[in-house]
Amino acid sequence: MAESERLEMRGIVKRFPGVVANDGVDFTARAGEIHALLGENGAGKTTLMRVLYGIYQPDEGEIFLDGRAIQVRSPAEALALGIGMVHQHFRLVPTLSVEENVILGLREGLFGNLRRVRERLAAIARDYGLEVDPRAKVWELSVGEQQRVEILKALYRRVQILIMDEPTSVLTPQEVKQLFSTLRSLVEAGLTVIFITHKLDEVLEVSDRVTVLRKGKVVATLPTAEADKPSLARMMVGREVVFRLERGPAKLGEKLLEVRDLQALNDRGLPAIRGLSFELYGGEILGVAGVAGNGQKELVEVLTGLRKATKGRVLLFGKDLTNRSPKEIAAAGVAHIPEERLRRGLVPEMSVAENLVLKSYRDPPFARGPFLDQRVIISHAERAIAAYQIMTPSYNTPAKLLSGGNIQRLILARELSGQPRLIIAAHPTYGLDVGATEQIRGLLLRQRELGAGVLLISEDLEEILSLSDQILVLFAGQAMGLLEAEEAELEELGLLMAGAGRRRESSKG
Amino acid sequence: MGWETWLIGTISRALAYGTPLLLGTLGEIYAERSGVLNLGVEGMMVMGAFSAFATAYTTSNPWLGLLVAAAVGGAFSLVHAFVSITLRANQIVSGLALTMLGLGLAGVLGRGWEGKPLAAALPSITVAYLAKIPGLGPSLFVEQNALVYLAAGLAILLWFVLYKTRIGISIRAVGDDPATADAMGVNVFRTRYLCVLLGGVLAGLGGGYLSVAYRPAWTEGMTAGMGWIVIALTIFAFWNPLLGLVGAYFFGALYHLSYRLQPWTSPELLKTMPYVFAILVLALVARGTLKRRMSAPAALCEPYIRGEE
Repeated sequence: MAESERLEMRGIVKRFPGVVANDGVDFTARAGEIHALLGENGAGKTTLMRVLYGIYQPDEGEIFLDGRAIQVRSPAEALALGIGMVHQHFRLVPTLSVEENVILGLREGLFGNLRRVRERLAAIARDYGLEVDPRAKVWELSVGEQQRVEILKALYRRVQILIMDEPTSVLTPQEVKQLFSTLRSLVEAGLTVIFITHKLDEVLEVSDRVTVLRKGKVVATLPTAEADKPSLARMMVGREVVFRLERGPAKLGEKLLEVRDLQALNDRGLPAIRGLSFELYGGEILGVAGVAGNGQKELVEVLTGLRKATKGRVLLFGKDLTNRSPKEIAAAGVAHIPEERLRRGLVPEMSVAENLVLKSYRDPPFARGPFLDQRVIISHAERAIAAYQIMTPSYNTPAKLLSGGNIQRLILARELSGQPRLIIAAHPTYGLDVGATEQIRGLLLRQRELGAGVLLISEDLEEILSLSDQILVLFAGQAMGLLEAEEAELEELGLLMAGAGRRRESSKG
Repeated sequence: MGWETWLIGTISRALAYGTPLLLGTLGEIYAERSGVLNLGVEGMMVMGAFSAFATAYTTSNPWLGLLVAAAVGGAFSLVHAFVSITLRANQIVSGLALTMLGLGLAGVLGRGWEGKPLAAALPSITVAYLAKIPGLGPSLFVEQNALVYLAAGLAILLWFVLYKTRIGISIRAVGDDPATADAMGVNVFRTRYLCVLLGGVLAGLGGGYLSVAYRPAWTEGMTAGMGWIVIALTIFAFWNPLLGLVGAYFFGALYHLSYRLQPWTSPELLKTMPYVFAILVLALVARGTLKRRMSAPAALCEPYIRGEE
């Protein structure tokens, strides 16, 4: 195997207003290796690779490809140089077919010669285990298949360096296995794969070398064979990692939520929740684990009144509130921390102060008859900004200008202000930095101590395991099992999430 | 014998009246497929009608008239393209303004031209050999205008380009997901400009057909709401040029029938049919699996700003 460096990035500096995302980063990658780029959210992994892919221009530093200095001014130039990237959010046109997506943007003859495209695609798919129907429309494909299309797109353009940005976050454990075997066959064929991740197990399982980034700087580059989980974790976080948060035993209160034989459809009109039953008590956190697209989104929407259940019942605080309006459900004492925080959690154009009273502006003290009492609204905002450490220039700033962590703090400040009895939190820390993540987890635990029930939907298994008292695993809209978090093993969870083996333990009542 | 003549007449007139609708619709399909709604069709058509008549009258050359009509329609559409693509203004407002502008301008400019007879009208042609085909021959190939065949051929060509060529893939990608198209190296702005321009050229041509072929004369407001039928037809055709062909002739027939059936039903009622159908289509594709297959381009009416997703 060639030991020479195919790619060398030297002293890369990339600044954004108020942040240095990459601070003198040196990074190398060889032909025929999978090189993991490990770091927490915000460590600068994706920024570094976007510099390589031509999306960002570095403020300082040089890039060498096979010993030649190169400048990458756009993704098109990167592709011409043989550098491809599969983004976390796929760049696919859902209404076009697979083959149309592959040739989109190529200059290969007026008619694109779809037959030749199909033949080459089939050959590539065969060689690397990337089977997918070339004539299927992208929206008909599963997430795993869409990812294969993205890889096919890059390979069709004959890339030599393939960057994968957190490729496993949307996959089932089985799809991850298949992806890894594809990546292995790619490097056997001489390609270079750069694998961005924050998951230690994946680094150890698939990579040849690993470079750890922390706060925009390289901590170390080492052969994976010389690394182990604790040492990598220490390098990544900069301190010993406590994998389970400190928390007292659950003090179960009364039954807050009972879901009975619930059924609901997804946006395409297909069954998304298929006969789901569970219960949630005060003083406990019930984690809902599952790969994206197994009914979590629909479950949250049904529980919060945003989607109609087609069958079954939702009992909240002993009352049947199935298919009631979001307003009624919120008024009953349900707080909702939505998945798409900017789209559903607040009104981006409205100010911080206005967003903080979005649920309560109709009632005193904020409303006086038909009028709003601005003074009360402002003093309420000032208190909330201080209490929840929302970093904002003023209460008047449009919410859309806040960072992700501060947007989430704002939403929590609003949702928790009315002393909710039940909190439905969907991916509450997704995409947040370590500080905000810890604060928000702390806030959820605090609500649990206060006797509220928390339904925690998350794809982050570490989060589920460290916060939950019980874990409900969803697969294809059904409960695969209910586990005590203390006893749950990661492997077992993974199997249940993939739909393997159905079991029920420890059900209350 | 009565119903046969009746049928032949209806089909023949459906083609004649459907042709300007077809031209306008093909153009609007391309504009909308690239993500730009152009409500200025009526304005572009009426400007095309006037400029074609004025040119043909002055030069005695109807073909030159059509050429000028296409150029004027194209020039008008570029105003809309500039305002909605480059300046990213509201497409609905800009398109409506274009219709108002076109109707007003054609009215003012055309004041001295009304009532003049056009000697140099586009001649109708009879394809002698094909006209003998029993049944269809007389309705399709007797006393029809060359532009009728041109428009029909164009529908097939534009369908092929949209679905079977790289250009078509780019256009559909730009209208559905401009950010992805941009990331893949498609020039979103150029694609949209060209599609809107094509829309203007074809709308102008459709207007020109009205004043130098269909009814060789100029009267103010002679497009009589055709531009709005085009908007409805574009939806009715699910943004597909071949269905546009079917729809244009169907509405052409309805238009003709609205006079023929006058003794039994009111023509106003039949003339509302295009809009009723458009609403039905919108209702049909609003839900369910049809939504993904048949619905409007996802980025219709959305200006594209690079780096904002």
